[in-house]
Amino acid sequence: MSDHQEHNVLKVTNLMKRFGGLTAVNGVNFDFPKGQISAVIGPNGAGKTTFFNMITGIYVPDKGNIELDGESIVNIKPDRITSRGIARTFQNIRLFGSMTVLENVQVGMHIHLKTGIVGTLLNLPRVRHEEHDAQREAYRLLEYVGLAEWYNEEASSLSYGAQRRLEIARALAAKPKVLLLDEPAAGMNPRETSELTGLIRRIQQELNISIILIEHDMKLVMELSHHILVLDHGEKIAEGGPEDIRSNPKVIEAYLGKSAVEEEIQI
Amino acid sequence: MGKIQTMLQANKLAQGLLLAAFILVTAGAVYLIDRSVTAFLLMLASLLLLYYTSFSNGMKWSIAVFLLVIVIPFATSGGTSRESYMEVATQCGIYVAMALGLNIVVGFAGLLDMGFIAFFAVGAYTYGIFATGQANNFISGELFPLSGGSFWIFILIGGFIAGIFGILLGLPVLRVKGDYLAIVTLGFGEIIRIIFNNLEKPVNITNGAMGLSSIQPPDLFGFQFTFPHQFYFIVIGILLIVIFAVRRLEHSRLGRSWKAVRENEIAAQSMGIPLIRTKLMAFAIGASFSGMMGVVFAAKQTFIDPTSFTLIESITILVMVVLGGMGSVPGVILGASLVTILNLQVLTEFTSWLNQLSQQGIFEVPNALSPSKMQRFIFGMILILVAVFRPHGLIAARNRKLPPEAVKDPSPPLSKPEVQPD
Repeated sequence: MSDHQEHNVLKVTNLMKRFGGLTAVNGVNFDFPKGQISAVIGPNGAGKTTFFNMITGIYVPDKGNIELDGESIVNIKPDRITSRGIARTFQNIRLFGSMTVLENVQVGMHIHLKTGIVGTLLNLPRVRHEEHDAQREAYRLLEYVGLAEWYNEEASSLSYGAQRRLEIARALAAKPKVLLLDEPAAGMNPRETSELTGLIRRIQQELNISIILIEHDMKLVMELSHHILVLDHGEKIAEGGPEDIRSNPKVIEAYLGKSAVEEEIQI
Repeated sequence: MGKIQTMLQANKLAQGLLLAAFILVTAGAVYLIDRSVTAFLLMLASLLLLYYTSFSNGMKWSIAVFLLVIVIPFATSGGTSRESYMEVATQCGIYVAMALGLNIVVGFAGLLDMGFIAFFAVGAYTYGIFATGQANNFISGELFPLSGGSFWIFILIGGFIAGIFGILLGLPVLRVKGDYLAIVTLGFGEIIRIIFNNLEKPVNITNGAMGLSSIQPPDLFGFQFTFPHQFYFIVIGILLIVIFAVRRLEHSRLGRSWKAVRENEIAAQSMGIPLIRTKLMAFAIGASFSGMMGVVFAAKQTFIDPTSFTLIESITILVMVVLGGMGSVPGVILGASLVTILNLQVLTEFTSWLNQLSQQGIFEVPNALSPSKMQRFIFGMILILVAVFRPHGLIAARNRKLPPEAVKDPSPPLSKPEVQPD
C-alpha cells in the first residue's frame, strides 16, 4: 500500500512491543483508511489489545511508528493522544461507576471544555453557559445511543449492553477522528449485538468517524468492516476485505487449527 | 406516627413552624440555663433538622446563616459559659473546613492522605513565624512581629503556602497508589512535624520544641480579636467561603475529573484527563483550606508547638470524613462537627460528671478509664459501627440529579434512536 495521506487516518509501521520474553506485537504494518470501519481480529493472545494500547498511548512501543493524520503519536501521554483525536472503549468495561450516566458523558467532553478553577469558583456566566451546553450535548449523545431516559441513573446500575453503549457515548463526547472499540459486543446477546451493529454503522456514516474495532463475533466483523487486519502471535498474518479474509487459509488455520483447513470449515 | 411523618413531608409550613419552635426552645434554654451542654447540643442540632426540611436551597442557606451568625452567638451570650461554648463552636468550624479540604483529596479524588495535618501546621507556622519576633532570626532589620492587621492577608498567604506544600509533597508521593499512598503520606506528615520540631539550628526558624508564643492577635481597624466569641465570626466567614467553593468545585469540570480519576484512572486518562495534574490540584486545594484554618488556629491559640500537629490529628480528620460520608459535603460537615463536639464537650463533660460522682462517693471510676482518655478507643468503636451499619457514612454521597429541562435541547436530536434499550 502506498502512502495516501489523505486516505489514511492512522498509519502503523513496523510496530513492536515486548513484555519480557514475550513479543506481544511484532513488526506490524497497517494503514487504517479514513472514514471507514476497520477490524483487528485474531485468536486470544494474538496481541490485539496490546496493539490498541500502543495506539492510545497506554503502552509505549519498543519499535516502530504510529502516525495520526501524518503526525507521530509515539511517546505521547494517553490524555494528550485523546486531545489529538483518538478515543476508545475498553474490553473490560471501565465506566465511572458511581457517577451518573450523564456525568460519564460529560467527563468525555473534558478536552473540549475550557473552564478553569478561577472561573468555577467565581461561577462566571461564561462557565455556567458552557456547563449548560455540555449537559445538553451529553444528553443528545445519550439519545443517540439510546440511553437518554437513564441519564440521571448511576452508571453501574445499567445493564451490561447499556454500559457498553454508554462507553461508546462517552468516547464520542471527545469528538474523535478515530474511535477504537475493544470487543464492543463481548457478552452481548444476539439482539443486543444487532442493535450495536446498527449503532456502529450509524456512527461511521452520520458522524464521519473512522472506526477501528477488535471483535470476536465474526458475524459482526464481516457485516461491518471494510478492512480487516488479522494478527496471530503478534504478527500480521493477513489483511484485506471481509471476503478475502473469510477464505484465507492462514486465518482459518490460526483460528481452528491445521486440520480445519483441510476439512474446509467455514468461519 | 407514619401518618404524621407523611403529613409533615408534604407541609412546608408545618416544617417551618416546628423548626422555628425547636430553635426558639433550644436557644432559649441555652440563654437561660447556665452551663447546659444538652441545650447547646440541641441548639446545634437545629442545623441538622434544617438540612432535612424540604425548603429550597436558597431558603436553607439563609436560615443557616441566620442561625450561625445571629441566633447561636446571641443565645450563648446569656450565661457564664459563653466562651466555652464559643470555643467549641469555633473549633468545630476549623475542623469542618479542614475535613472539607481532606474530603476533596480522599472523597472526591480517592487519594488516601494520612498526613493531612501537615498542611494545617504549615499554615499555622506561616503566620506564627511572622507574627512573632521569630522571623527576626533570619530576616534582618527587626521588622517583626508584624502587626495583627496582617492577619487578613496571612489567611490567603497561609492557604497559598499550604497549597504549594501540597504540590511539593504530591509530586513524589503521587507515584504510588492506594494503601502505599496512605503510608507515604503518613510518613510525610510526620516528617513535616519533625522538621518543625528541629528547625532551630543552624538558623532558628521555628523555635523547635519550645514552640512560638505570644502570636499577634488579629486586628481590624484597631479592634483586636482575642476571645473565642470573636474568632467565631472569622471562622464562620472562612467556613462559608470554603463550603461555597467546595460545592462549586464538586459539579465542575475539575470535580468531575477528580471523581473520574477516583473511579477509574485508565479510563479517565483515556478521556483526556491528565492524571498527575488533576491529583495535584486536589492536593493543593485541599491543603490550602487546611492552611487557611492553620493561620486562624495560630492566631486564636497565640501559641503553637509541634505537638499540636501529630498523627492522631490527621487520623481524627480522616475519621470525620469517613464517619460523615466520603465525598458527601453535608456528611463531612456533620461528621466533623460530631467528632469535634464529642472530643471537646461530650467526653470532657462526661469525665467531669464521673469525677463528681466519685467525689461524692457514689461510685469509684479508675482514672485510667476516664472517658477523655479513651478517645481513641471510642473512635475505633465509632468507625467499626459506621463500617457495619452505615458503610457510606452518616449522610452518604449522592449524585446530583438534573431536571429534564436542564438537559433537553429544544433543537432536534442528532438522529432518532432506532434501538430500544432493555
